[in-house]
Amino acid sequence: MAVKVRIPTPLQKLTEGKDEVEGEPGTIINLINYLDKKFPGIGERISEGGKIRRFINIYLNDEDIRFLKNEETEVKEGDEVSIVPAIAGG
Amino acid sequence: MGYVKSLKCRECGREYPIAPVYVCEFCFGPLEVVYDYKSIKKVLNKKVIEKREKNLWRYKELLPIDGEPQVGLNSGYTPLLKADNLARELGVKELYVKDDTVVHPTLSFKDRVVAIALTKAREFGFDTVACASTGNLAHSVSALGARAGFNRFIFIPATLEASKIVASLVYEPNLIAVDGYYDDVNRLCSEIANKYNWAFVNINIRPFYAEGSKTHGFEIIEQLGWRSPDNVVIPCASGSLLTKIWKSFKEFKDLGIIRELNTKVFAAQATGCSPISTAIKQGTDLIRPVKPNTIAKSLAIGNPADGYYATQAVVETGGAGEDVSDQEIIDAIKLLSRTEGIFAETAGGVTVAVTKKLIESGKIGRDETTVICVTGNGLKTQEALSGHTISPYYIKPNIGSFEEILKKINRGGK
Repeated sequence: MAVKVRIPTPLQKLTEGKDEVEGEPGTIINLINYLDKKFPGIGERISEGGKIRRFINIYLNDEDIRFLKNEETEVKEGDEVSIVPAIAGG
Repeated sequence: MGYVKSLKCRECGREYPIAPVYVCEFCFGPLEVVYDYKSIKKVLNKKVIEKREKNLWRYKELLPIDGEPQVGLNSGYTPLLKADNLARELGVKELYVKDDTVVHPTLSFKDRVVAIALTKAREFGFDTVACASTGNLAHSVSALGARAGFNRFIFIPATLEASKIVASLVYEPNLIAVDGYYDDVNRLCSEIANKYNWAFVNINIRPFYAEGSKTHGFEIIEQLGWRSPDNVVIPCASGSLLTKIWKSFKEFKDLGIIRELNTKVFAAQATGCSPISTAIKQGTDLIRPVKPNTIAKSLAIGNPADGYYATQAVVETGGAGEDVSDQEIIDAIKLLSRTEGIFAETAGGVTVAVTKKLIESGKIGRDETTVICVTGNGLKTQEALSGHTISPYYIKPNIGSFEEILKKINRGGK
């Protein structure tokens, strides 16, 4: 079983329209590098200089990785990772 | 005549042409309006402003429209009240209340932002306007949108105070009450905004809408006699108002309209929903989202979009963040009413209570000038006070019955 990654609508242009793709276990930043090899260009949209962009939220099984170990958060087989742009409002 | 050059991502700096878009396609950062300040400086000064009508459009060069104002022509320019009674009570020398309990037409500062948003929606050619709201914004879009002739879709959390729901329904918009928190409503509205070609004032019109909050700050400076206060205490929901008031002060400084700017900016929240003040206290700019639980429903945004920028403004100016309990909010609403005759909604109670706390802890100096931003009217949230006010005296319709009571009152009893 691999890692399930949910892709937000604005990035689906890069994933051939798929809203869910498979990734590899490891740290979040490794996962993003892996995705970038599979779907060139997606890495720089999500991160800059090895850091997740401020208005991108990444959830590991519904917990924001900022409150885990950020980019170094470990992702295991069977985990689900969601990439969600922040929303406006207020 | 407009002075807006483009939209620009606050994060990565990519520029976009003026359009109903709000988020950077590349990095998802929020877009902000870029003005041609050089040209504005040539036409805008104190004298020009002072000659204009007393509404929020007197600063129109610093608002993101292309043509003439079309909506909210009577909104803004609310009183800046010198609050001597409250100052005495709190033990400070100089205190002012910027009183947005009386903004035309719906009695909250949201009439400011909606005036700009609907003018811009008309410029863009939309026939339908919409919003996600905790109540005040719903009223404003419903009312100003009715007069301007827009179709209106208003989305609110179903748990809002009953009186706040009636105060939208009376303008007959399409009111959609969503089973969820504001953050759920907001998330749903982002999806709807992507699908329908409507002007969501606080989503795809947000870069323009948010600029309207600056007028609250411009007015503070003008009404203080063209100077900035030592401290300003601002309630925070999304953090946008705080960010924009600070921006308004900086713009006046950069344009040479004021010479000095040493204001400290303070963020006020309810303890039951305090992601911004908590981050400031913890010395981090990471905003941890919360599930709101407070009577201050107009501030109950658990995942504040501008939380990061609000935190930056507070830290940059040497201010602080503070939060208060529901009981402190109620006490502060009563204090403001009793001392200054202003009945504020719960958010106003938050601001006054936080100010009290900041004075007591020494973060606001007793000999400094402080402005408290009160942003909505208490008549909208009367439920919050039920069981917390004094009681009437019940009498028979004759003079004897009255005088009996009067004796009790004069004895100081009930």
